[in-house]
Amino acid sequence: MRLTIEGARVIDPASQFDQITDLHIDDGQIVATGTAPLGFQAQRSIDARGLIASPGLVDLNVSLREPGRTRKGTIDSETRAAAAGGVTSLCSLPDTRPVLDTPAVAELILERSERAGHARVFPFGALTHGLEGEQLSELVALRDVGCVAFTQGLAPMKSNRILRRALEYAAGFDVPVVFMPQDPEMAQGGSAHEGPTAARMGLVGIPETAETIALARDLLLVEQTGVQAHFSGLSSARAMDMLADAQARGLRVTADVAMYQLLLCDEDLDGFSSLLHVLPPLRSSADRRALRQAVQSGVVQAISSHHQPHEQEAKRVPFAASAPGISSIEVLLPLAMTLVADGLLELPALLARLTCGPAGALGLPAGTLAQGARADITLFDPVEASLIGHNWISKGANCPFIGQGVPCKVTHTICNGKLVYQA
Amino acid sequence: MSALPDVAPMLERMAADLTDYLAHREIENPAFVGIHTGGVWLAERLRDQCLPEAPLGTLDIAFYRDDFEQNGLPPRVRPSELPFSVDDRHLILVDDVLMTGRTIRAALNELFDYGRPASVTLVALIDIEARQLPIRADVLGTSLTLPAGQRVKLTGPQPLQLTLNPVAK
Amino acid sequence: MTSIPRHLQLNHQGQLRHFLTIEGLSRELLTELLDTADSFLEVGERAVKKVPLLRGKTVCNVFFENSTRTRTTFELAAKRLSADVLNLNIQTSSTSKGETLYDTLRNLEAMAADMFVVRHGDSGAAHFIAQQVCPDVAIINAGDGNHSHPTQAMLDMLTIRRHRGGFENLSVAIVGDILHSRVARSNMQALHTLGCPDIRVIAPRTLLPAGIEQYGVRVFNDLRVGLRDVDVVIMLRLQKERMQSGLLPSEGEFYRLYGLTRETLALAKPDALVMHPGPINRGVEIESEVADGAQSVILNQVTYGIAVRMAVMSMAMAGQNAQRQHNQEAQHATDH
Repeated sequence: MRLTIEGARVIDPASQFDQITDLHIDDGQIVATGTAPLGFQAQRSIDARGLIASPGLVDLNVSLREPGRTRKGTIDSETRAAAAGGVTSLCSLPDTRPVLDTPAVAELILERSERAGHARVFPFGALTHGLEGEQLSELVALRDVGCVAFTQGLAPMKSNRILRRALEYAAGFDVPVVFMPQDPEMAQGGSAHEGPTAARMGLVGIPETAETIALARDLLLVEQTGVQAHFSGLSSARAMDMLADAQARGLRVTADVAMYQLLLCDEDLDGFSSLLHVLPPLRSSADRRALRQAVQSGVVQAISSHHQPHEQEAKRVPFAASAPGISSIEVLLPLAMTLVADGLLELPALLARLTCGPAGALGLPAGTLAQGARADITLFDPVEASLIGHNWISKGANCPFIGQGVPCKVTHTICNGKLVYQA
Repeated sequence: MSALPDVAPMLERMAADLTDYLAHREIENPAFVGIHTGGVWLAERLRDQCLPEAPLGTLDIAFYRDDFEQNGLPPRVRPSELPFSVDDRHLILVDDVLMTGRTIRAALNELFDYGRPASVTLVALIDIEARQLPIRADVLGTSLTLPAGQRVKLTGPQPLQLTLNPVAK
Repeated sequence: MTSIPRHLQLNHQGQLRHFLTIEGLSRELLTELLDTADSFLEVGERAVKKVPLLRGKTVCNVFFENSTRTRTTFELAAKRLSADVLNLNIQTSSTSKGETLYDTLRNLEAMAADMFVVRHGDSGAAHFIAQQVCPDVAIINAGDGNHSHPTQAMLDMLTIRRHRGGFENLSVAIVGDILHSRVARSNMQALHTLGCPDIRVIAPRTLLPAGIEQYGVRVFNDLRVGLRDVDVVIMLRLQKERMQSGLLPSEGEFYRLYGLTRETLALAKPDALVMHPGPINRGVEIESEVADGAQSVILNQVTYGIAVRMAVMSMAMAGQNAQRQHNQEAQHATDH
């Protein structure tokens, strides 16, 4: 289909492009910026005056739930939610049922997401068989079928020795590993950040050292093995320092933080709402400040949703008994825009954290509006407020932001040259 | 309307009336029970004048009222205190203002949860004739008719005085 | 900053309608509760130990954690208010496929329960029920996880007030496993709100929660220093599991360092009160002679517990009634 987007402020952080101009799309590709190519006749055009055109958002941490946990979400429902949030490329976690540790499961996910057609899925494979932390998955077979990186998620490895070997193997084939550091025994039984708030609420705390001990171990092994490493969902100020140190020493480490960790902290656990039960937990306001500074400085080059939809029953229990996770992919861009409203980042820098930043971390072919690139484009109104929860799409309504107004509205999402979402 | 009566002379008369009444009914060795707060002041005075040896108990009928559903607990609840056994005892129950009769009904219920009295004699300072239950004072100071929207209240303990207050909205 | 929104426990007029935690309640309200409890104490000394306040109301004791003692005092309290009482003991296990907490309580509500007394192993459970499950039924927290045990705190306060007159010039020490104790948390809050100027916690570091200073207390790791000249000692129960999780080496060491014996009690004021929420572990946190001794008011606490629970139940029921009337009137007004 031939499509023209007229008069948008086109921002492509990857090329530092920021101009009001037209975009021309043909057969799923961006064919021109500005003047249409010779003989180009648009079949459809979108009047985008007053809107921003950004590369489609790239979200590095998304739980699609399917196969197996379809009460919480399906590939169709959650990629549709992604499109509403302006996300056109997303990385799915392997903790499905069955776990994504065989090519067949990867193919199923890729096939179903392509058929649904709402967003492009780049699956993470499980680093170990069944995520049990013992036996290495067939990393190369999984890579060849389309897995872009490997992870254990929050599941622990059986030993440091096994982890080291897994990282060496991955490094040998130059496949990235995504880390979510949490020492299982330090975190055991905990549901909230160990600090005055958890103490007052009688909740078992997860100390900062649950993250930093595992992070220190991971960074040392990254250094030893030379594996390309991405850290997803770090939550503490101390972790930010350790990350910056590692980068300064020249290690190949990148990071993303969860959008909600930039907005919430443990002081928000007002009233034991299970909607705020997440892992790793919301930490102190000082930690939140450090995460925001790291995003500002670029030590953290990506913001992701950490989208984890749940069925109602999973959250309709007392705090510690509830399943952790927030469903938020469909409000990723509007929530991220509050960082611009707060003055933390200028708009192009914010968009970089959502597009070329994440894409660059894992070498994904996405996150840019270059000529010849796949036409994944998000159009949004940076001024019109929207109400979160209006026309909610994700199967999981477990979002603490529902009912709040945000200062932006996604108007159109184009994926592979097709309009997959329109407000 | 005419001025409110003085309490002191009324009390003199009531003490005399009470003594006559007790003699007439052959009531021996009674105990006084005052209903908080005005009834307690009156019961003290009457006891001191008529039967100084008689014991005095106090009743806060908060837990026996019939309007808990509508109005909840009253703001200042005090413990009731009956320093004598109620079983087979003649009781002189004293309250300041007899209006609907519901306070007395509550007081009787509470007294009967302490034991089985031999008899209960009701003494009231004022009856404003707004009865909703068949309850009458055995010894009365005086009856009063009040203008609409007015309540009468006994203030004290020194001096004891009747005042008129508009009904709270 | 409180973790329970003020409006959840109080109705539109600031009256109690759920009793979930001491946090967020004013000094006036706590004092009113104590005054009301005093009156109910007197009821317990009569021949007929009942008042008709909750006649016709149904109170359900829903206990997800075993506790014969607490449940029977709540049962007795409800019966002395003339309420009908239902007792449910629900054992939860991670493998049981029983009804969810949500469904259990909704079903009870449908059976016209007017009040739930709930004890549950999860912190925040009572709050969850009041906010998300049955907001129109009075919820009384009989203990939720490590978070709060407000009726215990109030009976402890009543004990102190009756035996010491007030809180203004008092020095109170709470000794033992503060970290896991909902009693300790609620007591610290109550003492603070009621104006106690010197609240001390005495425990080894492993049994103290992070940020304990937020309660306005002084922390001691040495019993023999912390107990000096206190007016009241509240001993907490030490559970056997604490030794298994590396928090303490042994009961013996704990007793030697933190046990309340005749010798250590002598460091406090000569007439200092000895209190314990029970059940007591003789020889672990407290010496038998002290538990049974002249300064001990442990048994009185049990009596006061009935009166306090009667006061809490009456006040919460009155608050719910008033809220319901207010809602009906508001509905009536919008219908016209």
